[in-house]
Amino acid sequence: MKKFIAVLIVVVIGFYFYKSLNYFKFGAEREGVYTYYNSHAVSDTGVANIVTSIVLTYRGFDTLGEVTILFLSAIGIGALVYGRKEKVLKETCFIIDTSYKILFPAILLYGVYVFLHGHLTPGGGFQGGAIIATGLMLRLVTVDKKWNEKMFSFLEGLSGLSFVLLGAAGLLLLGSFLANKGVLGLGVVKNLFSAGIIPLIYIAIGLKVGFELTGIVNNLKKD
Amino acid sequence: MIFYIGAFGLVLIGFLIMMTQKNVFKIVIGMSIAETGVHLFLITVGFIKSGLAPIIYDLNIDKLAEIKFVDPVPQALILTSIVIGVATLGVGLAFIINVVKHYKTEDINKIKELKW
Repeated sequence: MKKFIAVLIVVVIGFYFYKSLNYFKFGAEREGVYTYYNSHAVSDTGVANIVTSIVLTYRGFDTLGEVTILFLSAIGIGALVYGRKEKVLKETCFIIDTSYKILFPAILLYGVYVFLHGHLTPGGGFQGGAIIATGLMLRLVTVDKKWNEKMFSFLEGLSGLSFVLLGAAGLLLLGSFLANKGVLGLGVVKNLFSAGIIPLIYIAIGLKVGFELTGIVNNLKKD
Repeated sequence: MIFYIGAFGLVLIGFLIMMTQKNVFKIVIGMSIAETGVHLFLITVGFIKSGLAPIIYDLNIDKLAEIKFVDPVPQALILTSIVIGVATLGVGLAFIINVVKHYKTEDINKIKELKW
């Protein structure tokens, strides 16, 4: 009976989803803020990736809030598992050990590449941070060493602070938080050293997300 | 149209899993699936016919007005949403680990305090 009610609810929701499709014509032309971003984003911010320019300048404050939410959830998980002991792996698999030795530097390098080129190619701080976190997780299931948590949380806090400080630099120099034009100069579009403070912010976000996700997984692993 | 059906299908599958499954881990996974469907739907809304990805790395900067891009705003929003989804998933799993350790069961029918 309960399953029947569940299916009925899902069917009703699906019907209203279907009715609402009239408002979202697939692939239709549009105007408004879309036109502004596509024509002005490159000259405003010097970024070759328009999504990056929206995430870090037009909606940069939003991204700061997002980083804060991730930080809060990491704190919440740390509080929920408080008092549990670190689980030390007794023995590790030979295949994982060997692949760890070969893959770990490559994964870290790729993650750093992704967030360094966040303003030029698809990718950015969050994606690069996630890749770095996968590399560190591989270390988590292989190496039988104690994990230096304090160092990691210190680095994480430092990179979060540098994001806020870079935003505050815009506030001091130009009078608006996370201002980009004029703090460092925009440089030539499509160069690695261009787009003002955006690559610096993405480096900070990448390191922060990488350490944060590793900390979350390390906390969930505790027994 | 088929893209919308796929996205909404994921949302509905997630709802169905959340309502019918008894295992707490499966409920959280259903939530994650529904969230993925919402992401897919918003990305699909941002699509514009014969539009390019909003990255100008291979393109000429001087002729930007003539090039048609897809809408970059939903993509930026989804970037935020995915990260928050990971955060909520992590907190949910940490809660569930605590619940399972306390009640020694994964079945929500056997957890008396959860009954409604």
